Formats: sequence, C-alpha cells, structure tokens
Amino acid sequence: MNALTNKVKQVNRKPLTFMERLYLPAIFKGMMITFSHIFKKKPTINYPEKQRPFSPVFRGLQILNRDEEGRENCTACGLCAVACPAEAITMEAAERMPGEEHLYKEEKYAAKYEINMLRCIFCGLCEEACPKDAIYLSETFTPADYQRKQFIYSKNDLLIPHPTENPEAYSKALGNRPKRETIN
Amino acid sequence: MMLLTIDIGLVIEKLILIVVVISASLVIAMYTTFAERKVAAILQDRRGPNRAGPFGLLQPLADGLKLFFKEEIIPNFSSKFLFILGPALAMMTAMMTSAVIPWGNKIELFGRNINLQIADINIGILYVFGVVSLGVYGIMIGSWASNNKFSLLGGLRAASQIISYELAMGISMIALLMVTGTLSLKEMVVQQQAGHWNVIYQPLGFLIFLICAFAECNRTPFDLPEAENELIGGYHTEYSSMKLGFFLFAEYINMFISSVIMATLFFGGYDMPFVNESLLSPNIAALVGIAALMAKAICFIFLFMWVRWTIPRFRYDQLMHLGWRILIPLALFNMLVTGGVILYFK
Repeated sequence: MNALTNKVKQVNRKPLTFMERLYLPAIFKGMMITFSHIFKKKPTINYPEKQRPFSPVFRGLQILNRDEEGRENCTACGLCAVACPAEAITMEAAERMPGEEHLYKEEKYAAKYEINMLRCIFCGLCEEACPKDAIYLSETFTPADYQRKQFIYSKNDLLIPHPTENPEAYSKALGNRPKRETIN
Repeated sequence: MMLLTIDIGLVIEKLILIVVVISASLVIAMYTTFAERKVAAILQDRRGPNRAGPFGLLQPLADGLKLFFKEEIIPNFSSKFLFILGPALAMMTAMMTSAVIPWGNKIELFGRNINLQIADINIGILYVFGVVSLGVYGIMIGSWASNNKFSLLGGLRAASQIISYELAMGISMIALLMVTGTLSLKEMVVQQQAGHWNVIYQPLGFLIFLICAFAECNRTPFDLPEAENELIGGYHTEYSSMKLGFFLFAEYINMFISSVIMATLFFGGYDMPFVNESLLSPNIAALVGIAALMAKAICFIFLFMWVRWTIPRFRYDQLMHLGWRILIPLALFNMLVTGGVILYFK
C-alpha cells in the first residue's frame, strides 16, 4: 500500500556488522572529518579590528542635516513625527529671531528635537517624509548605553557637524552613500 | 660512619630537578587549557581566544586570575578539612607521577652527571599505577565532604569509572611487562632505544591502554564524572574559586602525565627516531631526547583534544559495558597471546 505522501523512508534495522560493532573505524572516520575542518576558512571576522561593510541602503542612526553654510535645514513642520510609526520623534518649534539667520535656514526652526532610540525602528519613513532634506539615516548604529534616558537623543546628538567649522567630521558624517535625488 | 654520609650535591641536584619538572608540568598543563580552547575552536571553524596578549597567549593567566578572584564558598554543612583536602589530594597525586618519568638521558653540568629522572626506582610503572589509583581519593573525599547528594553521586560515578578502567589498563600493562621484562621506565626506554618501539610488539595493548587513559583522565567520550552540558557538574558541584580550579587543573596535569607515560611505554620515551644518540655529545643528546619526548607528548595531548571534539560521550551503561565486558576480556586475551608467543620463541 502506498502511503499518502510517498515520503516514507524505510529505516534500516539490520543488526550491526562486525566492522560496525568494532566502532573504531567509525571513530576514525569522524576524526578525519573534524581534522579536515582545521583547514577550512573561518567565517568569523575579528570584529572591532575588521568590520563588515554595510549595504548601501543600510538605515542607521538619524542625523539632522545642515546646508552648505552650516544652517539647520529643519523647519519643525512635524511631518517626520506624523510619519513615524513608532512615535519616536517629538519636537518643539520656535521662530527665528533677527540675527539668527546664520543658524537656521528658514523662519521657523526646531527648538527641541528628540528621537527616542529605544522606540525607533529605523524604518526610514522620517527621511522619506521630510520635505526639507533635514533628516537622514546614517551608516552608523546606536551605541550601547547604561541608562534608558541616555537613549533619548536630543538635537545636539543628532545634528551633523558644522561643514565649515569642522569639515572633516562633516564629510565623515555624510558617509559615502550615493545622495538621494531630492524632489523640489 | 661513611654509610651515613649524604652527597649534598645529589640532594641539591634532585631538588632542582623536582622544581623544574613540577613547574614545567604546571606550565604545560596551563597552556594545555589554552590549547584545548584553541583546538576546539579550530576544529569547529571558530577562532578561539585571541584577545589576551598576542594570539591570546596570556589567556591561561587571565583564567587563573579569574579563578583566584572568585568568591570562595565552603558550604556550611561540609566537613571543612576534607573539603580542602579533596582538591589538594587531586593536585598532589597528579604531580607525584612525574617523579619516575625519565625526561631524558644524562646531562653533564659542572662536572656532574645528572640523571634526568627524579627517581629511577625499579618498580616505576607500579609506582605510577599506585599514585594514579590514589587520585580517586581526591575525587571521593572532595565529593563526600561537600555533603551534597549530587556531588556524592558524581563522585561515585567518577570513582567506579576510574576503578573499572584501571583493571583493563593494568592487564594490558602486564602483557607489555612480559615483553620488556622490566618494571623500570628508564630500562624500558633504553630497550626501545636499542630495539624497536613497544607499540610494534603490543599494538592491541597500546590501544587498550590508550582507551583506558582516556577514561582515567575523565576525557570525552568518558567524561561522565563531569558531563558539563548534561549534569550540574558531578563531584565538584559545591566547589568554587581556585579549589574548583585545582580539580580541573589536576585533570589537565593528568592528561599531560599520561601522554608522557604513553610515549615512554609504547613510543620510545626520549628516543628520537632515526637518530643515533650515542654519536652526539651527551648534553645535546639529552636536549634532543627531551624535545622528542615533548613532541610525542604534545601529539598525544592533541589526540586527546581531537577525540574530545569528535565523538559524543557514552551512556553510563555503555561505559561500564565497554570497560568490563570488552576491554578486560580483550586485555586478558592480549596477555594470553603475548605469553604464548613469548613461550613459543623461547
């Protein structure tokens, strides 16, 4: 009679032969297998010295962008906070005063901008929602910390370094990913 | 009165030799723990410890330091003296065996002929067996003194295993003794230097001895006394800190010593194959001999580890079955055949 699935395997229940009962040839065979593993390439990399490259679409820690003169792009419109499925972003808007034109690009700016990195799921929807090119997901990930409150990143933690005052750190924070086409 | 004169030079010479041998076997056992982890890693396509020092070479020091800094717990209900005596005995018996091993031939230093063997007693191999049997006491006393049922059961398990395999080991030894006609390890080496290695005359005896040595050292596939990934730990369940370290370390010393003994009994000891030692100057010959013995011992240690990371451990009834119903009859058969062959060629 055929079994329903035809996947039945007949188990060999023959008593062991003398060679098999000697047990030593099998052990020797097994030892040869383990010995051959000495010459295999190890998949492990020495982590802190060597790091695996991220893929170009890697979504890491957020950065708040500045323009070429170092002015903050963010206008605190709140679209990122609305788009955020994890509700990780909060912000408070403020009006730019005269004499602050070198700090903020437009008349309105974010006085407070916080992302809770424990809530964030790094989906990148904030990056897609932003009309001002102000928020990007970078190529680093959130470092470990000892306290929960340390994971609420404020504007100071998120802002990209100043492009004219600290050009090296700025270009490093920009990363080497191809820049996305912005829709104007 | 001349009978009572003691050669002070001899005493100093022996003392220095003891210190050198003990510290060398400690250092080798220390690096065996490192090698174990490294070999395990390599056989499993991992990298193994490589953070402490260059290539992780300081890892055993870090391990030892960790054990020293761990909290030392002596259970309230244990008998304190025996609790401490257990690991001390295990360590002591592990190191006492090295006394009769010929590490090399004579060397000449400061106009003295120094024998590279602490004590060339004519019953060397019996002494080894005696001391190895004493090793059970360390385990038994330690497990009993813990006043813990699991420890006691673990101790019983270890003791019955060691005792069962000692029998087969002893009988396989008898066949070798019939071939060599001597109990002195030094003489055995001298004979093998002149003729062939004993493993050629006693291949089955060597196999039995090897299996029993695995069991005596509590190594996989016979590591039921500890069985770290199935049981809570066996006889050293209640032990912590360096006292646990002593138990584990004693096992590694045992492994080294039994490797050396197997090399001495069956593989020519300090005999370097294809080299005629008598043509070299005695000091160089001794160094070559020590190197040869160490190389053989390291091969055996690697074999111990290689087997450990290849085969799973026996079930307890399989262990007893193998010991009593296979190895002992096999050893007896080997003894009988050896005796018959010797009688025939006489």
